[in-house]
Amino acid sequence: MTAEFEPKIVAFCCYYCAYSAADLAGTMRLQYPPNVRLVEMPCSGKIDPRVLLAAFEAGADGVYVAGCLEGDCHFLKGNLRARKRVARMKVLLDEIGLGGERLEMFNLPSSGGPRFAEIAEEMTERIRRLGPSPLRPPAGDKGSEPR
Amino acid sequence: MIVAEQKPLEEIYGFLNGARKVLIVGCKECVTVCQAGGEKEVGLLAAALSMKRRIEGGPPLEAVEMTVQRQCDPEYVQPLSGPAADCDMVISTACGVGVQFVAEHLKDKWVFPALNTRFGGGSVEQGIWEERCGFCGDCVLHLTGGICPIARCSKSLLNGPCGGSHDGKCEVSDDIPCGWQLIYDRLKALGRLDLLTEVQPPKSWRTARDGGPRKVVREDLKL
Repeated sequence: MTAEFEPKIVAFCCYYCAYSAADLAGTMRLQYPPNVRLVEMPCSGKIDPRVLLAAFEAGADGVYVAGCLEGDCHFLKGNLRARKRVARMKVLLDEIGLGGERLEMFNLPSSGGPRFAEIAEEMTERIRRLGPSPLRPPAGDKGSEPR
Repeated sequence: MIVAEQKPLEEIYGFLNGARKVLIVGCKECVTVCQAGGEKEVGLLAAALSMKRRIEGGPPLEAVEMTVQRQCDPEYVQPLSGPAADCDMVISTACGVGVQFVAEHLKDKWVFPALNTRFGGGSVEQGIWEERCGFCGDCVLHLTGGICPIARCSKSLLNGPCGGSHDGKCEVSDDIPCGWQLIYDRLKALGRLDLLTEVQPPKSWRTARDGGPRKVVREDLKL
């Protein structure tokens, strides 16, 4: 079953780094798993814990937040705040029983096209290893597919 | 303000005990400011409980979210009657006062506390809250340079410091500044060390909790 399992991963990407890096990865014709769905953010610091949970509620198997390198945030401290929020949400996910490993924070520069692809690969492999989210709707239940 | 902290999720989840529909009530006052029980925290708690139920099995949990202006006021908890009517139980994310007002109003519902009410205090910096008031009912801040010996001295001494004060710290923990050192430094800076030469008589604790549950009545405000 795990061999057939294709994870659904939501990546909340900062406009100034990860989202641009995704663009660059495309321009560079880099291959990365199609499992990752991107959500553009004005800054990783805009991430709301409730939104992270909403992604899992809607059936995401993994979620990550990608922000600028520490010290390089366009808004100075947004990525540092995102890191703290993600750390707290990992604890909550452990308490919920979903597992904090399904959520991660990454930092990369806008010039990191190859790094973006690497992160997508790394996260996809991690979630593939963890298996489907216990919150995932049963197969065939299109009504509650992640939007 | 009242400072509170959310109980561990496991403990709150244990309250559910098979309930199918729960009303989670937040409060927009103190617990919103200390980010323990406001609208955002209610949303997070509702999602966390529903997800945990889905993972652990059992009937799906429907969590109804509602946040009122303040729970420590009958006027504001009255609108809870409607949403609570078809709920199996109610969880309040207010301080202990709010939980009791909600329970008094919703007479046929079990009301569970989602928070542990900690103390009367304030925020000294983002994410850090400290105790400032001991609710003794007989304020002496005018004698101590605006630093409360009841709340900030571990022994609540009125004629401190004790022998446990060292390097400005309390013997209870090096994380706690000695309240009486703070008072001394403040009075010295204000040139009012003379206040310390006056020995304070034993405090009457009748105005504190020792006198039983307290009540304030203002005849001029009663309707």
